[in-house]
Amino acid sequence: MPNRLSMVVFSGTVDKLYPVAIMASGAVAMGMDVDLFLTFYGLDAFRKGQPQKNEKMDVNYAEIAPMLGKLMKEKNVPSWYDMLRQAKEMGNVRVHACAMTLDLMGMTKENLDPIIDDVVGVGEFVSNAKDGEITLFV
Amino acid sequence: MAVATHDRIVLDARGSFCPGPLMELIRGIRQARVGEEIEVWSSDQGSRKDIPFWIQKAGHELVAAFEEPNYTRFVVKKLR
Repeated sequence: MPNRLSMVVFSGTVDKLYPVAIMASGAVAMGMDVDLFLTFYGLDAFRKGQPQKNEKMDVNYAEIAPMLGKLMKEKNVPSWYDMLRQAKEMGNVRVHACAMTLDLMGMTKENLDPIIDDVVGVGEFVSNAKDGEITLFV
Repeated sequence: MAVATHDRIVLDARGSFCPGPLMELIRGIRQARVGEEIEVWSSDQGSRKDIPFWIQKAGHELVAAFEEPNYTRFVVKKLR
């Protein structure tokens, strides 16, 4: 019986990518496997070079986002990308790119950040998620 | 940051946010030998519950938890 957290990562803003990385870390800490399915803006955030320079925040929180960003810098909070990389080093975190989004954008795996393990279709992701305990849409 | 004092490894994770201190502890435990004690320092509120919970789940021993001003020192013995 797998012990797994699956996440559909649809959002590409930093404020949503943080919970993805933190939930993945928590799951790995508790001995769970993690499966991430990156799609649409979530996949765009993993284009080569994007994880390092992406500073997009949810526009609904435009009033407080800059302040939060500043506080995180001051308090040396690691980037969501570094957190995710650490989670991947510590446990079984698999990062899947959505085949449909890649096709739509005319890209291949070579255009994506090396943290991505493979390109999968939605069918494969869903059938794997079915065997896990938790699936989140972020 | 790891500092060795007598025979116990100290991981100073103060200033690191949830789940940073727990992740440091897990890394430290992995590198330690069975029977060794590790001390992790945390100023993060989540650690107070997360660290003892993880220790129990992972089958190690929480030897002691000392409340210091603004942080907690968890002493953990690797059991397996």
